[in-house]
Amino acid sequence: MNSWYLPVLIFLPVVGALVLAAMGGAPEKTVKLIALVFSLAELAVAVALWISYTSAPTVSQLDVPFRETFSAAWIPYYDIDFSLGVDGISLTMIALIAVLMPIVLGASWEEKLPAGRTIGGYFALLLVLQGAMVAVFASTNVFVFYVAFEVMLIPMYFLIGAFGGVRRAYAATKFFLYSLLGGLLMLASVIGLYVASGQVLGEGTFDWVTLQSIASQIPESTQMWIFAGFAVAFAIKAPLVPLHTWLPDAGTEAPVGAGTLLVGVLDKVGTFGFLRICLPLLPAASSKLAWLIILLAVLGILYGAIVAAGQTDLKRFVTFTSIAHFGFIALGVFAFTTQSIAGAALYMVNHGIATGLLFLVVGMLTVRGGSKLVGDYGGVWKVAPILGGMFMIAALATIAMPGTNSFISEFLVLIGTFSRHPVWAVLATIGIVLAAVYMLWIFQRTMTGPVRGAAVVGGRGPDDVQEALPGDPGDAG
Amino acid sequence: MTGLLGASVLLIAIPLAGAIVLLAGGRLLDRVGHLIGCGTVLASFVLGVVIFVRVLGQPVDDRLNTVTVFTWIQSGLLDIDFGLLVDPLSITFVLLITGVGSLIHIYSIGYMAHDADRRKFFGYMNLFVASMLLLVLGDSFVTLYAGWEGVGLASYLLIGFWSDRPSAATAAKKAFIMNRVGDVGLALAIFLMFKEMGTVSFQGVFDRIDEVAEQSPGTVTVIALLLLLGACGKSGQVPLQAWLPDAMEGPTPVSALIHAATMVTAGVYLIARCAPIYDLTADGGLVVAIIGTVTLLVGCIGGCAKDDIKKVLAYSTVSQIGYMFLAVGLGAGVYALGILLLLCHGFFKAGLFLGAGSVMHAMNDDVDMRRYGGLARRLPITFVTMACGYLAIIGFPLFDGFYAKDPIIEAAFAADGVQGWLLGSAALVGAGITAFYMTRLMIMTFFGEPRWKQLKSADGTDYHPHESPPVMTIPMIILAVGSVGAGAFFAIGDRLANWLAPSVGPYEHPEPPFPAVVVTIATLAVVAVGVFIAYWFVGRRPVPVTPPMPVPAIVTLARADVGGNAINETLFARPGIWLSRASVYADAKGVDGLVNGAAAALGGLSGRWRRWQNGYVRSYALSMFAGTLVVVLMLLLVRSA
Repeated sequence: MNSWYLPVLIFLPVVGALVLAAMGGAPEKTVKLIALVFSLAELAVAVALWISYTSAPTVSQLDVPFRETFSAAWIPYYDIDFSLGVDGISLTMIALIAVLMPIVLGASWEEKLPAGRTIGGYFALLLVLQGAMVAVFASTNVFVFYVAFEVMLIPMYFLIGAFGGVRRAYAATKFFLYSLLGGLLMLASVIGLYVASGQVLGEGTFDWVTLQSIASQIPESTQMWIFAGFAVAFAIKAPLVPLHTWLPDAGTEAPVGAGTLLVGVLDKVGTFGFLRICLPLLPAASSKLAWLIILLAVLGILYGAIVAAGQTDLKRFVTFTSIAHFGFIALGVFAFTTQSIAGAALYMVNHGIATGLLFLVVGMLTVRGGSKLVGDYGGVWKVAPILGGMFMIAALATIAMPGTNSFISEFLVLIGTFSRHPVWAVLATIGIVLAAVYMLWIFQRTMTGPVRGAAVVGGRGPDDVQEALPGDPGDAG
Repeated sequence: MTGLLGASVLLIAIPLAGAIVLLAGGRLLDRVGHLIGCGTVLASFVLGVVIFVRVLGQPVDDRLNTVTVFTWIQSGLLDIDFGLLVDPLSITFVLLITGVGSLIHIYSIGYMAHDADRRKFFGYMNLFVASMLLLVLGDSFVTLYAGWEGVGLASYLLIGFWSDRPSAATAAKKAFIMNRVGDVGLALAIFLMFKEMGTVSFQGVFDRIDEVAEQSPGTVTVIALLLLLGACGKSGQVPLQAWLPDAMEGPTPVSALIHAATMVTAGVYLIARCAPIYDLTADGGLVVAIIGTVTLLVGCIGGCAKDDIKKVLAYSTVSQIGYMFLAVGLGAGVYALGILLLLCHGFFKAGLFLGAGSVMHAMNDDVDMRRYGGLARRLPITFVTMACGYLAIIGFPLFDGFYAKDPIIEAAFAADGVQGWLLGSAALVGAGITAFYMTRLMIMTFFGEPRWKQLKSADGTDYHPHESPPVMTIPMIILAVGSVGAGAFFAIGDRLANWLAPSVGPYEHPEPPFPAVVVTIATLAVVAVGVFIAYWFVGRRPVPVTPPMPVPAIVTLARADVGGNAINETLFARPGIWLSRASVYADAKGVDGLVNGAAAALGGLSGRWRRWQNGYVRSYALSMFAGTLVVVLMLLLVRSA
């Protein structure tokens, strides 16, 4: 029996986008409200899905890999079904998207768009992106996964290319080319899976459950090639060094809302793909090539942190911190211990929340200060205490302080990795010092010290501060 | 466990709730913020006393109480409960933290009275107290780690409290990062324990450490050294000592609470708590003792040359904690001595810092002792309380330090062979230097010419030294009483050592190769020499307002923080910045350059190939001819081969 939550979650935002597109001339406020209503409706459906998923599962439900499944014939000639379903991790990611979306829309309420662009178009694209992302996480058919993976690219391309900053054309093209390259290799691998399954079963299939049941029968040499295609696509999406250079440009040029979704959720598709496709469907190749991904992951942790420390642009800085964190996630996935994989799955959600906040805070700061350069700020905490406090919280979550959401995930990844690969875990643990270095350094340069530069614009100027605080704040006692 | 001990979670929860209310409440709570701050910590102290009495009433062997609160992290074999261990060691710390913490909170009401952000200050102070309590009460290494990091955070926020001062922001960042370096050690120790023993709870680890020691003694040593790295970071021990003097950028009550009475003692706590691990590795313990000895000397040297009253006290903290490390490093039997000095130090150092704050309060926040002088008459209460602290720290008979430090020096001499002589002599010399720089501090501040009469403070006003209000002096008086009486109370009849025995093992009197009274006499003699030298060089002649130059190399070195900062700068900071800049450049030009280069090359190539499509039939014919020629030639070549 089909559960309708997932198709609704995919198509409701798309319908919302169509509605927005249809009402081109309506007043801006109405358009924004309608978009918000759709995102809230989506959130309500996601909550219903969550309740339905968690309420007293029967014994037979615990045996199957996916629940809340939906299936409809799509391309009968190749026996492709449009089949959906969720397990714990994909459910959590879908919930994360649903929660983030209204926040992102709210944060984009007063977005300053390039000339000639309407807020309706912007919000419509965000909604389409939401539908596509849900589809990626919910698909239980490798072909559907591939299609959703590629469709996700389209709204993001326009979000960056049409609504982005000064170098938006360059950034969007780069994003598109990188993703396209990964997508093509992945298509080859998807077909490869079909053919390989045909050799085992006599008839090819894209169905995840079937593929998983025969995974061990696919010869290792075949798996290696299929794995390579998927791995490159996922390593581009969750950028692992050295395939990361599109993210700083895309993240910097994207408008704040789209950037938040890009770094917070869209990139997780890469690590999610490793978990959903590579490990279960290509087990032999995954364990054979784990060393390579672990190498890239640890490289990313250290390299991302070192490059982040040297950034002079706030948004680029956030993207590089994310590259370091994707290293932790990939490390956890490919360390193959219970703790590290659980940690990596948790990390995907927690990083989405933490970096989402960090990106929003930085976005608000740059919009108010009118500059993206670290050097243009100083003493913001004094003039904008709440923004500064939020920055502090985001910073603490980024460096995985105990008590913040990221701690348990990072801890599990590291403790799990250590019991199998101590040396790699030691190197990765150095990353926690580097994280403190880059995060506190940027915090110090923008938030503390005398109020100056762009912090004065939009906030209260230094003269007002003197008035507001009786006496020199340093004159204690 | 339910009942009273189950309520011990409230010890942490009450100050934490206070912190959350104060920080989230915003300006609404400005008027009552300090009351909430003090009230919650005092409530925690009262509860601590009640629980202490309860534990005291238990039979000696049943005093290790575990309280499980909830399951925290569960994944495969890894099963971490959020639990508390209420035993003599932890409850001792609870009383120190909440007791001294309450006094410092009350003092801060007066000290921070004119600060617009006083509410925030109390919020951070409460956060600190809660984290520190979590650190000492946790029943597993991960709970301890959570408190450990929380303490680091609170100290970051408090050192950088006056965040508009660049020096404060820098000092805060430095403290946090150096602490994090230590935290890596602690984290790796936890990972290694999980790998080897499959558990991270104190009980689990201590039960299985014997097996590990039998199979691979090296592993135990590695665990011990990693834990020591963590302890060095938190306690400001060599090589991670450089953050502690800089931490004086925070308001003075912060220096008293965090950088004297509690946070920096966390490393000593960790090593005492891990007594079952250090008991199995003589090498690990020896390294702790050596680090402690080196640090106590470095701290002494640094303390001699500073003119900033808080920095002198900061270096004395570094040095006193060196003594504590020396004691706990000496291992089985004498852990209790480290804790004894730690408690006494909690009283006298907090008292000294609050006294220094009171002097600064009187002197327009000036910290330069060269501008003080003759303040004893103007600040009588401050003078008397600081004098008690002074006599305690130099180990004057019947004061705290006498009871606490003497046995440590004895125990150092009692160590085997050459080590014993080296450690013991170093500790003895340290006692003399301590006497020198503390006497120097007292003379420069309270005696001699009132140099401030001819000077103006930084904002151009005259100095009008005046005694602090009672809300500040009463806590100072209480701490002074502690500096006089606590040492004797704890030490006579080995009261503290016997109380701690269930946690750290039974106390054994150190047996130096000569009668203990010789050590006592030698120590007193060295101390007398130190005091005399200070009088001879500082007390007899007027103190110049500007530091004299040139000075011997050793003084220059001491003024420059014994080279600590220079080493960090050249070894880590500058290469780090260089590496970071180079990586940014390499990322833009190298990795991304490669990508863009490939794209450009492809573009160029297609541009060139496009030129071939020129639409002239003759040129197409020519290329067809060339192609045919190549094919024919190749066929000929292949056939003839």
